[in-house]
Amino acid sequence: MSGSTAKSESGFSVWLTAIRRDRKAAAGTVIISFFILVAILGPLLVGDPKAPIGMPLQPPSAEHWLGTTGQGQDVFAQLVAGARTSLAIGFGVGLVVVAIGALIGIAAGYFGGRVDGLLSLLFNIFLVIPGLPLAIVIAAYLPTGPLTLGLVLVVTGWAWNARVIRAQTLTQRKRDFVAATIVSGESSFRIVACEILPTMTSLLVAQVIGSTVYAIGAQVGLEFLGLGDVSAVTWGTNLYWAQNDAALLTGAWWTFAPTGISLALVGFGLILLNSGFDEITNPRLQMEHAWRIHLKRRGHEPTRSTPVVIER
Amino acid sequence: MRYLLRRIGFYLLAAWSALTLNFFLPRLMPGDPATALFARFRGRLGPEALEALRETFGLTDAPLISQYFTYLGSVLHGDFGISVAYFPTPVMDVIGTGLVWTLFLAGTAVVVSFTIGTLLGIGAAWWRHGVIDTWLTPVFALLGAFPYFWLAMVALYILGFTLGWFPLGHAYGDDLTPGLSFAFIADVLRHAALPIATVVLATLGGWLISMRNTMISVLGSDFVNLARAKGLPQSRVVLKYAARNALLPSITGFGMALGFVLGGSLLTEIVFSYPGQGYLLVQAVRNQDYPLMQGIFLVITLAVLGANLLVDVLYLWLDPRTRESTS
Repeated sequence: MSGSTAKSESGFSVWLTAIRRDRKAAAGTVIISFFILVAILGPLLVGDPKAPIGMPLQPPSAEHWLGTTGQGQDVFAQLVAGARTSLAIGFGVGLVVVAIGALIGIAAGYFGGRVDGLLSLLFNIFLVIPGLPLAIVIAAYLPTGPLTLGLVLVVTGWAWNARVIRAQTLTQRKRDFVAATIVSGESSFRIVACEILPTMTSLLVAQVIGSTVYAIGAQVGLEFLGLGDVSAVTWGTNLYWAQNDAALLTGAWWTFAPTGISLALVGFGLILLNSGFDEITNPRLQMEHAWRIHLKRRGHEPTRSTPVVIER
Repeated sequence: MRYLLRRIGFYLLAAWSALTLNFFLPRLMPGDPATALFARFRGRLGPEALEALRETFGLTDAPLISQYFTYLGSVLHGDFGISVAYFPTPVMDVIGTGLVWTLFLAGTAVVVSFTIGTLLGIGAAWWRHGVIDTWLTPVFALLGAFPYFWLAMVALYILGFTLGWFPLGHAYGDDLTPGLSFAFIADVLRHAALPIATVVLATLGGWLISMRNTMISVLGSDFVNLARAKGLPQSRVVLKYAARNALLPSITGFGMALGFVLGGSLLTEIVFSYPGQGYLLVQAVRNQDYPLMQGIFLVITLAVLGANLLVDVLYLWLDPRTRESTS
């Protein structure tokens, strides 16, 4: 069976085989790699995104592929330059948020009792307080900049991860193999790091991807409100200026459409990666998928049924 | 009953946390925003008035703890200070002007999106690999990847600006006086259609996917198989047996999503110049109107907490287990 052989291979080669098998994962990988490449190399290839290079609000032309903004800047250059900041903050916040969530979630789930009560209360309160208004209040008091944005997004975004990871830790904690290591006198740190954490790899990856989606969206929202550094070039500030220059009511669709489509593509790419990853690491979904292919190959119409064993 | 009391206790604690956060944030932040705030009032207010204002904000030289209690006291009396942007209107009055609109917009959008999304999710799970499952699910997942306010911009551009089917903003036409007349209500609905539709489009996918996934696992469980084996009508198996149980996680998520959707609809309001909290929030950010910002934060938080409590009551009604475990 593919599952058992895949486990002995490295993560990368698992990914490669998965991409070959799973169209979702493949599409997600292509989209995200493309945008990461653009974010890294793109700004070197386009000119200064803030330089006024033409008449304001010109529609797309051969000279300016995506037209010009209300201040006569090149929309394409702004789009490419914005990708770097927006993706950097997005992925950075995604990682940090999951790290904090894992720390608190595992502590709550593993130690239980009063620690759990207190930590659970903390993240439940953070979950129920609406994030955007809280982020706005915090961001308004801090000097604008990418660090502020990152900090604000971390403060408002960690709780969900902590909750999910706590739940997962609780179920792992009850498993026999963990009980065995506790009985054999291993230290708590070792049990968490060597027994519980590895079983959660796929969950953690999914959480990072999900948190990145959240971080990019929330960041753009805050910047759109004018809470980012409005003199910087990011996807959020692009939309902020489009709205401020009344792009909509002058018919200048090219000032907001490309940024939004890029945002959605990145978000959708990440979601695809996530569900592709889910299908790869979830044996149940994997079997279901294989079962359907198996049935189809034999000319049967796939129905809802439980796949038992499939010979490959 | 104990379940409900515990939930109420939790929401009170959450409300208190929000209040406390609101109090300490300005005091913890670098650069003393309090001084900056009062600098904006200078010239418009006499020294005595400034002193009185400091009192209401609790920004006196008194020890922090007594400032804290002064602040709690005034908030409990509905006194959130005075708005800078709309000087000298009290923050509470400013917020009051837009609260109905925001609750109407976000509330309608959430309920519509939840209902349609859940129904589609049931359909997607029942007809696995059918039209809903293979086409609608990814389409709505893609729509969910767009920021709400960007969808709003596109909708406004195409349907409002280019085609002229919908008004370009505001909650109702300038030529109408608010009242319970048919013309006014129709106009309000016409103005609200686009903002609500964009929020619904952006959030529907989430409900669809979560309902679909839970439905699939519930449909595989023994009691559903039994119901089917007994020869019960399909509609009964799907709705009464599977869907009712699969709904529980979605309801739990509902409370949590409220805050998120509300945040998104605030941004949508800005695009449509809708006279709700979102619009006020932009004014507050532009004018560094900290009292207004904090007031909006508190009011929205309280609204979300209240809505969560309602969801809990609903949960109590839907899931008999919560009732049994309490007695």
